[in-house]
Amino acid sequence: MKRRGALFWLQLGFTLFVCAFLIVPVFLSMMAGLTVNYLTGIESGLTLRWVGEVWSGYRDTIFLSMGIALACLAGTLVLGIPAAYALAKRPTAMTRAIEELLVMPVAVPGLATALALIVTYGAAGGFRTSWTFILTGHILFTLPFMVRSVLAVLNAIDLNTLEEGAASLGAGFTQRFFHVVLPNCRTGILAGSLMVVTLSMGEFNMTWLLHTPLTKTLPVGLADAYASLRLEVGSAYTLIFFLMIMPLLLALQAMTRHVR
Amino acid sequence: MTEGFKPIAITLENCGKTFADGTRALHPLTLEIAASETIVFLGPSGCGKTTTLRIIAGLETPDPGGRVLFDGEDVTALPIERRRVGMVFQSYALFPNMSVAENVGYGLRVRRVAGAEAAGRVAEMLAMMRIEALADRRIDQLSGGQRQRVALARALAVRPRVLLMDEPLTALDAKLRDALRLEIDELLRRLGITAIYVTHDQAEAMALGDRIVVMDHGRVAQVGKPRDIYQRPSTRFVADFIGTMNRINGTVRDGAFVTAAGAIPWREAPPGASEALFRPEDVTLDDTAEAHLRGRLTAAFFLGDRTRLFIDVGMEKPLVTETGARRDFTHDEPIGLRIDPRGLMAL
Repeated sequence: MKRRGALFWLQLGFTLFVCAFLIVPVFLSMMAGLTVNYLTGIESGLTLRWVGEVWSGYRDTIFLSMGIALACLAGTLVLGIPAAYALAKRPTAMTRAIEELLVMPVAVPGLATALALIVTYGAAGGFRTSWTFILTGHILFTLPFMVRSVLAVLNAIDLNTLEEGAASLGAGFTQRFFHVVLPNCRTGILAGSLMVVTLSMGEFNMTWLLHTPLTKTLPVGLADAYASLRLEVGSAYTLIFFLMIMPLLLALQAMTRHVR
Repeated sequence: MTEGFKPIAITLENCGKTFADGTRALHPLTLEIAASETIVFLGPSGCGKTTTLRIIAGLETPDPGGRVLFDGEDVTALPIERRRVGMVFQSYALFPNMSVAENVGYGLRVRRVAGAEAAGRVAEMLAMMRIEALADRRIDQLSGGQRQRVALARALAVRPRVLLMDEPLTALDAKLRDALRLEIDELLRRLGITAIYVTHDQAEAMALGDRIVVMDHGRVAQVGKPRDIYQRPSTRFVADFIGTMNRINGTVRDGAFVTAAGAIPWREAPPGASEALFRPEDVTLDDTAEAHLRGRLTAAFFLGDRTRLFIDVGMEKPLVTETGARRDFTHDEPIGLRIDPRGLMAL
């Protein structure tokens, strides 16, 4: 075997350094949530007290966030897949313009979108105070990611010929869509879903403006906790966030890889 | 095992096609296709042959006034899924999300053919195309030739009234193309199905077609049996597109066609003809003083069983002929030619 040169060790060292730079704060933050007194340090002992406090005080934000993320996923699937299909089916100058317009909510700062929503619908009392108000913002923001990833797959397969093949065998529109179109863009759907759930779960920018005291999501609650409570509570919150979101993301990622 | 195919006659009446941007893909075309007949649409790309096939399939609607009849029944307004046709696409259009057997059985599935019957029909089709061993493979695990067989099996599984093939062999290499051409020919004769085949390859058209429809710029240039089209082309386009055609300029005088390179006896020459056309196989080498034409050799390609000769007779293009003579040819050597008068044409 060839002896590894100095360059290899230098690169390895640098990579490990960067990893440590990123991971150590996460680890410290999680540890802080389990420490009796952060200022004293780990000698003060470990406790689940802060985790318990977060659970009793902020449990609702966690479930609300998950609910919104799943509803957002459902919304982007129902809106995004047909939109991508329509865009892929007839590539004209107009559909290309629509495709570009769809990306606007990503380019425009979340605060601006949120303000626009409030200005337009703020007076609609029931809607303004309901969690669906936040959901609307999240769908606006995440829809482009779903459309784009489904569209990329649809453009890569020869959609028209596949559909013509199915039609020649007697399949009507609905059968073609469910038997041929959907199964062949599932990699795009899964990749888009992963994106949508992740973005919705972690969205703070826009949600911070859209939320009400009764519709607080996890990231908003986290900001609250850091701003007004002990550091240990905020850290315990982060820990819970990790524990909740990691299995979800890993499962989605595993599904995407499995399908490929 | 091949029962259940009921071939139909197809009639195209004034089927033209103008696309949304105003381009005329097809000028109004009227054509009768007999039951069990194999018709080949032949022409260069953009000649309208695929558009015609797509109109018959139901993937395009003809311009107003055009009608498509299947055994007298007007199907113009029916979309492809209700015409009961079988279609083989140039890119095969196999479904990547299904196995070979699922692909072949798809038409039966959407038609709700009962499970046992469908399974039997799929097995029969796989056996007919000799791909039983591939039943559980995924499409991306198949070679081009295997995909072609799956596409044929899938199209035939629903017992279509007509089999439509759009350049089915174009994506394959030459050897495989020849083998599959033979197989398709044998299959079409055995099933007795009405078949419509689109190609730009004249050898494929001659081998498979009961009749060939030669198309050019959205119009039919000639319709006829392969031999008629080859021996009696009706236009210059057909003469040039099918096979190799020699041309020589001259004038008709005293029962001969007189050219700068010599005179060809031609009793039936149309008066006033200024150009004579003939195929390479109607030309023989003649070293004697009786040679009709004289020229000089510009190139000789040894092909193994024969040699292809290019002879300059002072025309725009050299004349082409082939000889089985067992000798070497040298560049610029004088060559005498004799033309069989039965092969002479004027257009």
